[in-house]
Amino acid sequence: MAWTKKILRVDLTKGTCTDEPLNMDWADKYLGQRGLASKYLVEEIDPKCDPLGPDNKIIYATGPLTGTCASTGGRYSVVTKGALTGAIACSNSGGFFGAEMKFAGYDMIIVEGVSKKPVYLTVFDDQAELHDASEIWGTSVWNTDDWVKTKHQDPMIRVATIGISGEQGVLYACVVNDKHRAAGRSGVGAVMGSKNLKAIGIRGTGGVMVEDPKTFMQVTTEKKAVLAENAVTGQGLPAYGTQVLMNVINEAGALPTRNAREVQFDGAHSISAEAMVEPSGKDGKPNLLTNAACFGCTIACGRISKINEEHYTVANKPEYWHASGGLEYEAAWALGAATGVDDLDALTYANFICNEQGIDPISFGATVGAAMELYGEGTITSKDTGGLALEFGSAEALTTATELTGKAEGFGKELGLGSARLTAKYGKPELAMTVKGQEFPAYDPRGVQGMGLTYATSNRGACHLRSYTVASEIMGIPEKTDPHVTDGKAGLVKAFQDATSAVDSSGLCVFTTFAWTLDDFSPQIDAACEGDWSVDKLAEVGERVWNLERQFNLAAGFTAEDDMLPQRLLKDAAKTGPAEGLTSGLDKMLPEYYEIRGWTKEGVPTNETVSRLAL
Amino acid sequence: MLKALVIDPGKCTGCKQCELACSLRQEGVFNIAKSRIRVFDFHEEARFIPYTCTQCDEAWCQQACPVNAITTTDDGVKVVHDNLCVGCKVCTIACPFGTVNYNASTGKVIKCNLCDGDPACAEACPTEAIIYSDVEQAGYDRMKDWAQKTDAGAQATT
Repeated sequence: MAWTKKILRVDLTKGTCTDEPLNMDWADKYLGQRGLASKYLVEEIDPKCDPLGPDNKIIYATGPLTGTCASTGGRYSVVTKGALTGAIACSNSGGFFGAEMKFAGYDMIIVEGVSKKPVYLTVFDDQAELHDASEIWGTSVWNTDDWVKTKHQDPMIRVATIGISGEQGVLYACVVNDKHRAAGRSGVGAVMGSKNLKAIGIRGTGGVMVEDPKTFMQVTTEKKAVLAENAVTGQGLPAYGTQVLMNVINEAGALPTRNAREVQFDGAHSISAEAMVEPSGKDGKPNLLTNAACFGCTIACGRISKINEEHYTVANKPEYWHASGGLEYEAAWALGAATGVDDLDALTYANFICNEQGIDPISFGATVGAAMELYGEGTITSKDTGGLALEFGSAEALTTATELTGKAEGFGKELGLGSARLTAKYGKPELAMTVKGQEFPAYDPRGVQGMGLTYATSNRGACHLRSYTVASEIMGIPEKTDPHVTDGKAGLVKAFQDATSAVDSSGLCVFTTFAWTLDDFSPQIDAACEGDWSVDKLAEVGERVWNLERQFNLAAGFTAEDDMLPQRLLKDAAKTGPAEGLTSGLDKMLPEYYEIRGWTKEGVPTNETVSRLAL
Repeated sequence: MLKALVIDPGKCTGCKQCELACSLRQEGVFNIAKSRIRVFDFHEEARFIPYTCTQCDEAWCQQACPVNAITTTDDGVKVVHDNLCVGCKVCTIACPFGTVNYNASTGKVIKCNLCDGDPACAEACPTEAIIYSDVEQAGYDRMKDWAQKTDAGAQATT
């Protein structure tokens, strides 16, 4: 129950699509989605394989609660060895694609091998088929989504696809579903492109059933009420989206600005949620037109925005005058604060292009920030950039860079390498704001100490969604801790990491954790799935998933030395704001973290830990 | 008092909880492909529109049915009787709104029956975009909103 108990395996080398049963012993230990797909990946690939080579696999995985009426029950994850990082990658997305996979009868799709020619996959209930993609190769996400629906004469097909960036090996290319929902990080789209797989179109007409429908309806209804009554999930997120954070984090002095040279951005208000609802443009309408939900979500934090038609980016491009997915906080930060650009319409345009061509706005924006620093100090010049004047604060430079990177043209090819490779190429690796090759997002570890440990230890490279201690350190959820101290943060990070790993394995959205703890997840999962899904078991699943990912990375060649932040965060103190004078105290937290994790001083899970977690 | 589903698209977020609830009530599983209510996502216009049967007084589906498989309840609801339905699909053609549909897995047509007076969609809607209320008062809130915006009230002119 809840699981469909069926996997689709697609071998692109042989051109075959085969059904196989889901390994239910593993499902009992890893639940689904992130955990279960990671288990399959770890069992099936050589951790040392080339992420863009034929031996890597890419798994599209739902959770048991995907496709049910549990609030936010529409998530799926793309799990592979990341192109950007070489570490295990798990990128989570909402929209409607994941639920459609369940309705078609599959828990996950495992794609292996490489196709000789570009292909796309259709899954119409139990009919899976590969087709020639020559008509859509070289086109955008938006075009491909429309094309697949038209070609197969069904507007209800849900499409997950890559844009030109993914085909061309932009190392932080995403897989985008439903036109503006993305499995965004670590370059999972580049892996898809390396396999010559352009898109997956899914349409399902079957049902998803749960173990105990009566109890399930009762507990999911109760838990929806908890979300509705919570100030963040019931009011803040629907009204302002994640962008509610822009002014908050700026005031906390934790908004990495201009490649993390500063921790506060003077233009923050202009690119904030508050600015998005202010009337603008000739029609007097605000940037934000409405909020929108992913499948089954009763929070509805999604932003649907429109660019001012008179803005320079679109004045001569009426094809961009429609509404589409607008700025989330991380994107607004990366495209804005990290580059010093405070033009809301330019950011919205850049965000549209990121969706249209499938690039991760976090890694992209941060890479532009790093490139702007290289440019500003003269390490690169307009000769290197093909004439692009990459000055901090230049909206024109940002939007042109987005167009180029989306299509991997000109200097966009170099930006598509990501900041670690780009800065190393020009002899300035210290200017890359990355961990394990991945750009860190919108919280400065000098102002939110827990996030330093979060980034350093994240298994997929720097990421906020692996242990969002901002909830505790800034918002007081579940309880307030001091963002400026390192004491207690090792335990806090571990607790967040384990709980989040379990949530990411369920099919539900991590944003519910502003209101829900594992105490709220447990009865919903327990009513849906066979077996006993207590809080303790979920916490153990989470810890097991975390250690499994860690073991993969160690086998891939990562060591404790890679649990390291950029020197800027460790040496250059915050210049302004409440955290003025502080650097990241990573060295104080990391040894304690290893100990709490049951790892050696070298960051390796001890035999005792491995056997305790039955790894 | 005649009750109906009163839908306010302006409040809809496109979450599909109505479709999930409908399919569970009507089909016993979560299966939005079999939902009697549909939410349409006009992505580029930033609009979400829930749409279902309006329970027409003069119901063309009912009039077109050759075997009288669609009857009217005391509450005015048009109900399909599976034991009579022969799956000819004429009603699906007759309905101007497309809200009667053929279910290939049963060989019968399906349409909204207002869940015998307790519609699951309205109960599940998190934003009150779908409510089940008195048809004669369906415009009340909208009238009130407009009334509030004017000093003089609506004036009919010739």
